[in-house]
Amino acid sequence: MGVPADLTIRSAGEALRSGELTAAQLLESVLNQAARTEAELHAYLTIDHDGARTAAAAADAAFEKGEDLGPLQGIPIGVKDNMVTDGVETTAGSQVLAGYVPPYDATAVAKLRSAGAVIVGKTNLDEFAMGSSTENSSFGPTRNPWDTERVPGGSSGGSAASVAARSAIAAIGSDTGGSIRQPAALCGVVGMKPTYGLVSRYGLIAFASSLDQIGPFGVTVDDTVTVLEAIAGHDPMDATSFNGPVPAFRTDLDRGVEDVRIGVVPELSGEGIDPDVRQAFERTVDALQGAGAVISEVSLPSSSYALSCYYLIAPAECSANLARFDGVRYGNRVDGSTVEEMMGRTRRAGLGPEVTRRVLLGTYALSAGYYDAFYGQAQRVRTLVARDFATAYESVDVLISPTSPTTAFELGARTQDPLSMYMSDVCTIPSNLAGEPSISVPIATDGSRLPIGFQIMAPALGEQMLFRVASAVEHLAGFEALSAEKVGA
Amino acid sequence: MPIDIDIAYVARLARIDLSPEELVRFGGQLGVILEHAAKVQELPTDDIPPTSHPLAMVNAFRADEVRPSLDRSVVLGQAPATEDGYIRVPPALET
Repeated sequence: MGVPADLTIRSAGEALRSGELTAAQLLESVLNQAARTEAELHAYLTIDHDGARTAAAAADAAFEKGEDLGPLQGIPIGVKDNMVTDGVETTAGSQVLAGYVPPYDATAVAKLRSAGAVIVGKTNLDEFAMGSSTENSSFGPTRNPWDTERVPGGSSGGSAASVAARSAIAAIGSDTGGSIRQPAALCGVVGMKPTYGLVSRYGLIAFASSLDQIGPFGVTVDDTVTVLEAIAGHDPMDATSFNGPVPAFRTDLDRGVEDVRIGVVPELSGEGIDPDVRQAFERTVDALQGAGAVISEVSLPSSSYALSCYYLIAPAECSANLARFDGVRYGNRVDGSTVEEMMGRTRRAGLGPEVTRRVLLGTYALSAGYYDAFYGQAQRVRTLVARDFATAYESVDVLISPTSPTTAFELGARTQDPLSMYMSDVCTIPSNLAGEPSISVPIATDGSRLPIGFQIMAPALGEQMLFRVASAVEHLAGFEALSAEKVGA
Repeated sequence: MPIDIDIAYVARLARIDLSPEELVRFGGQLGVILEHAAKVQELPTDDIPPTSHPLAMVNAFRADEVRPSLDRSVVLGQAPATEDGYIRVPPALET
């Protein structure tokens, strides 16, 4: 073992409780790793040195007094910069919010704090979470810790890169069409999107409200479970928050997969998937079968329409949600002689090209004369996608596919062709449309030593089984995360 | 074939003040994306209800009680321009 920043939540927790390590030492190790790597990686938009040191000191004082808020006490965590943080600049990667300091915490952030976590800072993202490479951040891209010529994926690329680079022990992000799972896959960490409604969206700057969901990143499945346990639960401040018993996430982690029925989705695992990714995926499927799982092929026939469906629904919702960035109540303003001129200039100056593209696309899809043909039809196709999943889960417990058709691509490779960038999310989008949980677990590296992610999908509130299979995949694959020393060396 | 759209009208609806060159560029890109998105029209959906939300939810109700909220000065402090306790904007109506 190297430095404290190499620890998992679990191993750090043990060291903190045995007195081998203090929260302050753990934080300094993480901050030191950030200082070594940030100039190149740019995983963070803001590092809150003072706030983090205060929180670490409070955690040490609590340990000293024998107070224990649970497994996150004293653990340094990164927060995607589309979740508001009281007193700490929050931009969502957009110029329209540059300098914006929110007066309150998002519920997920407040829950992390009340669990004793140390918020290291705000991680980089594609502007308003729209993108698959973090190149759409208006503050400059994040680079992949495995190969800095390549993207970390997106939109939660900063969260994924910070965990991979050990400049955070764990992180949270948001996933609208794959924005947690795809960067997790490209950065060789675990990333998980919970069932829609399981984590409050209060204080998450909205992109597409019927799809957005906050979830955890970690270097192990166990760590993502620990973070999810802290942030899940009903919140009266989010009307779409699930008001029922939270699933038992951890119970079956060590049960293995004997007699678990696993369906391979041919539409998401065959054509268009890179050969290295496909081979690693198939090896893991064989290993699951060897461990006693019952493998079959289960089709999701409508999933080939999911990408088209998503690129109507998400922009439509975003065009409505982003109407609030008009220079009136908060954020930046460019003056004009009338209110309409002021708004037009503010939005022209404040919103980047991809956000502009999606706002225009959504505005068109919702406009009179086109609503039924585009948005209305996409909503009906969404029903078909959800029905496909429901039918599939009559015969299997979970579904699997690669997380991303390719490993990390080079910066600039897809920025000139929006459609090729959108294809990055082809495997992850169906779960968002259905509102169901899904996770990416790293299983191998390709010929260029770039990580490959394995996706597991489960029915709504099926997290117990999802984590059970994920844990088995993790153990079968034996993937080795980057050590702090290797990053930026 | 890429779909031809009245991009200037859409940009006006979206309140984004684009230059003539940007209108041409975004118009072309949107046409290509919409051509792909129009794939959803291939599926027969006559008797399929639309899904607007992944959970079968009805309204969430709570008691109508007075609770503390953010301080008025904090909220006004977020606005680009204020005057006498109001948010100030340029004229919305011609005088």
